[in-house]
Amino acid sequence: MRYLVSVIDDKSNPGSTDRQPAISAFNERLIAEGYWVFAGGLADTDAATVIDNRGEEAVFSDGPFVESKEYLAGIWVWEAPDLDVALKLAAEASKVCDRKIEVRPFQ
Amino acid sequence: MSDVEEAITRVHREEWARVVASLTRRFGDLDIAEEAAAEAFATAVQRWPAGGVPPNPGAWLTTTANRKAIDRIRRENKRDDKHKEAQMVYDDDPPEPVGAIDDDRLRLIFTCCHPALAMQSRVALTLRMVGGLTAPEIARAFLVQETAMERRITRAKAKIKAAGIPYRVPSAEDLPQRVTGVLAVLYLVFNEGYLATGPDTDPVRHDLTTEAIRLTRLIRALLPDDGEVAGLLALMLLIEARRTARVSTSGELVSLDEQDRGAWDAELIAEGHRLVRQRLAAAAAGIAPGRYQILAAINAVHTSARDIRDTDWSQVLTLYDQLLRLDPSPIIALNRAIAVAELDGPQVALAAIDRLQNQLAGYHAYHATRADLLRRLGQSQQSRAAYDKAIELAGNTAETAYLTRRRDQLR
Repeated sequence: MRYLVSVIDDKSNPGSTDRQPAISAFNERLIAEGYWVFAGGLADTDAATVIDNRGEEAVFSDGPFVESKEYLAGIWVWEAPDLDVALKLAAEASKVCDRKIEVRPFQ
Repeated sequence: MSDVEEAITRVHREEWARVVASLTRRFGDLDIAEEAAAEAFATAVQRWPAGGVPPNPGAWLTTTANRKAIDRIRRENKRDDKHKEAQMVYDDDPPEPVGAIDDDRLRLIFTCCHPALAMQSRVALTLRMVGGLTAPEIARAFLVQETAMERRITRAKAKIKAAGIPYRVPSAEDLPQRVTGVLAVLYLVFNEGYLATGPDTDPVRHDLTTEAIRLTRLIRALLPDDGEVAGLLALMLLIEARRTARVSTSGELVSLDEQDRGAWDAELIAEGHRLVRQRLAAAAAGIAPGRYQILAAINAVHTSARDIRDTDWSQVLTLYDQLLRLDPSPIIALNRAIAVAELDGPQVALAAIDRLQNQLAGYHAYHATRADLLRRLGQSQQSRAAYDKAIELAGNTAETAYLTRRRDQLR
């Protein structure tokens, strides 16, 4: 099963900034054990743009689609046999990243 | 109820969880399992009155349910999942020996109590899939709209499917934490059985309390050293021991002070006391007791007294103080106040209870307790008003009858 694993940061209480070595080590393990499909850290929400072309004209907005304290800092895509495996890895990921993690299945 | 109707009710109680668990193992889908089980029982209701109850009702139901599940899978099969369908339909696994059937129910309960599900969903799902209650019954138990409860159950099953919650007993490493979640659910189930709501519900649903006890025993076999499992079992046994004394022949609730203690089940009490003594020894050795162990100890104090007047109320109060430190809930504070009334008089207890007014205004036991204290203080008018409020809020016929009698006894 494929899961979107989102790293959630909080502008009012950000996680530590020295996590990269631990995250790299964690990623290597994910790859070695066959769970890793994709990973990527995201640029700041300020760098996002929203496009709404549902009406007559495309409307562009500067910033993320929802302005909130909590925001998406990075994403993984994992392949795992079931949710228990994914949650166990996510628990580790939360510790390694020092941030909350959301695990959401693909359809 | 006719003999056959009684038999069907009994069989439903005894076999529902086994049938559902067996179907879930085989087809890997809670929705299919539930629907097929429900249809099998519906067929039984149609056929058994004329044809008689089969010699092995459980086997009959499982076979019937299997057929219905296969029919549904065939009907729904749009994708070319023929291989998967064949796997499900042509079950090459030999029938599980009896011992493993308990594992099926254990697997089912761990799945229903999975931490990825909200507590409310776990309770609802466990009551539906394991307890065999209908969605309307569960809705009444938790004072929720029927449609909301049905949605809750449907969403829980959908999440299990969509998120890939596996159908298995947790690993040894995960077991203790997962058990805590299960205990909370079982305690809620037991409480529903202990004093069920609904005007047509049998006030004390023996089946639910028995089921809660049976499942707790199962988990105790898995985790013999877990203090809270032992505590919960002790608590259930000590409460269950008083079951027959708790409701009169006319269907009225009998309060603790009025119960015929000779009618208490001595064996259950002995077992409960044994478990509590074990846990007390562990506490003395430094293992801090959890809430179920403390509640069990409180019940052990009550069941040690031959008469209400022999109750060691100061011991009860000490235990409630300990419990409040763990869990400062208003309901615990309310129950603690009853002990306070015995030691410091109803006036002091009333003052303590009045502080809980905002939090417990919708809780019938709050008004019932107030009513009793006011009665003891001779404040009949206020007592009557409190009884009226309690009666209005109480959903249980036995309790309503009791409260009505107490109110009508006021001068």
